[in-house]
Amino acid sequence: MSRPMLSVNGLSVDFPELGRTVQAVRGCDLEVGEGEIMGLVGESGSGKSVTAMACLGLVPPPGQVRGEIVLDGFQVVGRKESELTRVRGELAAMIFQNPGKALNPFFTVGRQIADVLKHHRAINDHAAREIVLGAFRTVHLPDPDITFEKYPHQLSGGQLQRAMIAMALTCEPKLLIADEPTTALDVTIQAQVVVLLRELAATRGLSILFITHDLGVIAALCDRVAVMYAGTVVEQGPVADVLGRPLHPYTAKLLDSVPKLGMGKAELTAIPGQVPDMGSLPPGCAFQPRCERASEQCRQHDPVARSFGGGRLAACFHVEDAPELGDDRVA
Amino acid sequence: MDALLSVDGISKMYQTRHGVIRAVDNVSFDVAPGEIVALVGESGCGKSTVALTLLRLIAHDGGRVMFEGVDLDAIGGEQERKLRQDLSIVFQNPYSSLNPRMRIRDIVGEPLRTAYGLRGRALNDRVRQHLGDVGLGAEHMNRFPHEFSGGQRQRIAIARALALEPKLLILDEPTAALDVSVQAQVLNLLRDLQRRLGLSYLMISHNLATVESIADRVLVMYFGRLVETGPVSEVFDHPRHPYTRALLDSVPSIDPRHRDRLKSIEGELPSPLNPPPGCAFAPRCARASARCNEVAPTLERHVDGRQVACYHPLGQDDA
Repeated sequence: MSRPMLSVNGLSVDFPELGRTVQAVRGCDLEVGEGEIMGLVGESGSGKSVTAMACLGLVPPPGQVRGEIVLDGFQVVGRKESELTRVRGELAAMIFQNPGKALNPFFTVGRQIADVLKHHRAINDHAAREIVLGAFRTVHLPDPDITFEKYPHQLSGGQLQRAMIAMALTCEPKLLIADEPTTALDVTIQAQVVVLLRELAATRGLSILFITHDLGVIAALCDRVAVMYAGTVVEQGPVADVLGRPLHPYTAKLLDSVPKLGMGKAELTAIPGQVPDMGSLPPGCAFQPRCERASEQCRQHDPVARSFGGGRLAACFHVEDAPELGDDRVA
Repeated sequence: MDALLSVDGISKMYQTRHGVIRAVDNVSFDVAPGEIVALVGESGCGKSTVALTLLRLIAHDGGRVMFEGVDLDAIGGEQERKLRQDLSIVFQNPYSSLNPRMRIRDIVGEPLRTAYGLRGRALNDRVRQHLGDVGLGAEHMNRFPHEFSGGQRQRIAIARALALEPKLLILDEPTAALDVSVQAQVLNLLRDLQRRLGLSYLMISHNLATVESIADRVLVMYFGRLVETGPVSEVFDHPRHPYTRALLDSVPSIDPRHRDRLKSIEGELPSPLNPPPGCAFAPRCARASARCNEVAPTLERHVDGRQVACYHPLGQDDA
C-alpha cells in the first residue's frame, strides 16, 4: 500500500452516561493510503461516524478519546482546539449526510464557501470568488456564476451535496472524510456523486474515507473496505476480496441478508437477533450472540484482528473453519 | 380478475404561491387479491401522495378509487368504518409512528377496542395472538416503544396494522429506517404474513432490490405519472421505459467487478412549477425526439400486459 495519509491505531471513544459508559469505538485500527478510497461500512451505532469525527478532533464532550490518529504526520488526539482548527480544511475536510443542514440558509452558497477560504488564507473577495467558481466547475455544478449567488433552498439535494464537496475541496485537503454523503439522496443522484468522487480521487490524488451502511456503494466506489461492528473493525481488506470472499461471519451474513438486484423473488437469509447495546456489550466477541460459529472461546475472549495475507485482516477465532472460505460468493 | 383495489385516473394538485403543482397526474392501477404490488420512484415523484389518498388521509382532486367494487368517495358512516378495517398502513419510521407513552398492549389493542369493543381477557388474547404473528412474545405486552430496537418496533407497527385483519396493507418504505442486518428479518416476516393470511400489499419504495425480493408487480412513477408497469422480473430484466433503465443502472451492484455498470443519469428532475410540455423525462433522455418534447406519451398497454408511456420504448436488443 502507498504511504498512509490517515492512520488510526487502537482508537477508543467512550461516552460516560448516568451510571454506565457507552463504548462507541473500541480499539479501532485503520489506514487510508494516498489517493486511496477507503470504505468504512457498518450499521447505525457501529461507531463509524464517531471514528470519522475523532479523525478531525470533533468528538463532542463528554466523549473521551484514546489511541492514536495520525493525519499526514500530524497527531490529532490530545491537540488543542487552536491547533486543530488549522488542520481542519487544510489537511482533511468532511462532508455530511444532510447537505441542507450543513449550510446556513441565510447566506448564498458562494459567499459561505468563499468565507471558508478567506478564513484559511489571506486573499481578497475577488480571488476567493475565482477559486470557488473553479471548485464549482470541478464538481460539475451547472452555471457556476449563477449558482454562486443562490441560497441553499434554491438548490436540489444533489446540487447541495456537490456544493458541499466544492466547499470541502477549496482548501485543497489531502483527505476527504465523507460521512454517508449519499444516504439522503435518491439512487440516481447517488450515482452522480459516486462517479464524481471516483473522478476526484483519480485526477487529484485525493484520499477518501467513505462512510456508509450501503454495501453496493462500497462495491461501486472503494479500493479497500473496513467493516465495523459494535465499535470495532471486524474485517478489512481490498473490496473485491472482502465482498467476494468474506472472512468474518458478520461480513458474510451481512452480504447474504441484503437484497441484491437480479436475485429475483427470494427468501433472504436474515441475521438473527439485533445489534448489541453499546452500553452493555456481551462478554467475549460482540457478534457472538448472533453467530452460528460461536464457540466457548468466543463467549470468553474478544478476538483481535489477525492477518490473512493480501492486506486482509479479520477479528475472528473461526476464520479457518468457515465453510464458505474460498467460495466465490458474489455470482 | 376482480381487483381488490382499483385506482382509476386519480390526480392531486397543490395550489402554491408560485402556481399549481401536479403531485399526482392521472394515475391508474389495480391490486388483485393476494398480490404484492410495488410503487417505485424517486423522492418527490408522488408515490407517497398516492398511498395517502388511498387511505383518504388526503383528498384527491380527480379520478376514482374502488375497493372491492365500492367507490370510496361515495361512502360514509358505517361503510367507511368497515373500509378502514380492510385497509391499513405501516409507515416508514417506527420511531415516530408509535406513541411513546403507550404500552405495547395498548398500541396493538387500541384498534381492537375501538372497532370490536374488545375488553379484558378477549382483548388480551387477541393482542397476544397478533404479537405472536410478528414473532414477539407476550412478555413484551407491558413494555413501552423505547425499550425496543428498530426492527422490533416495526414488528409492533405491523402487528397493530394487522390487528383488524385488513385485506390490503399499504407499506410505506417499511424497511428504509431499519438497520441493514434487520431489514431482511422484516422483509421475510412480511412475505410470510402475506402467504399465511392471503393479504395484498401495496408497497411504496425507492429501493429496487427490496422491491425485487418481495413484489409480484411493479409500477414505476416519474414526476407524478406512471411510466411503466408490469411483472417485477420482466420490468427489471427488460425495462422498456428509458427512465426505468436509468433507475436500474443507478443502483450500485454489490459485486465490485460490476462497478463499471454504474451509470448516472444526466441532469435533474424538472421543476414541478414549470413542467416540460411533453414527456417529463425527455430533457434527460438520450432517445428523446421532437415529438417527446411536445406531447407527453400516455401509458399504453402492450400485448403481453405490460404498460409503457414512451414513444421510443427499449426493445429486447436494447435491454
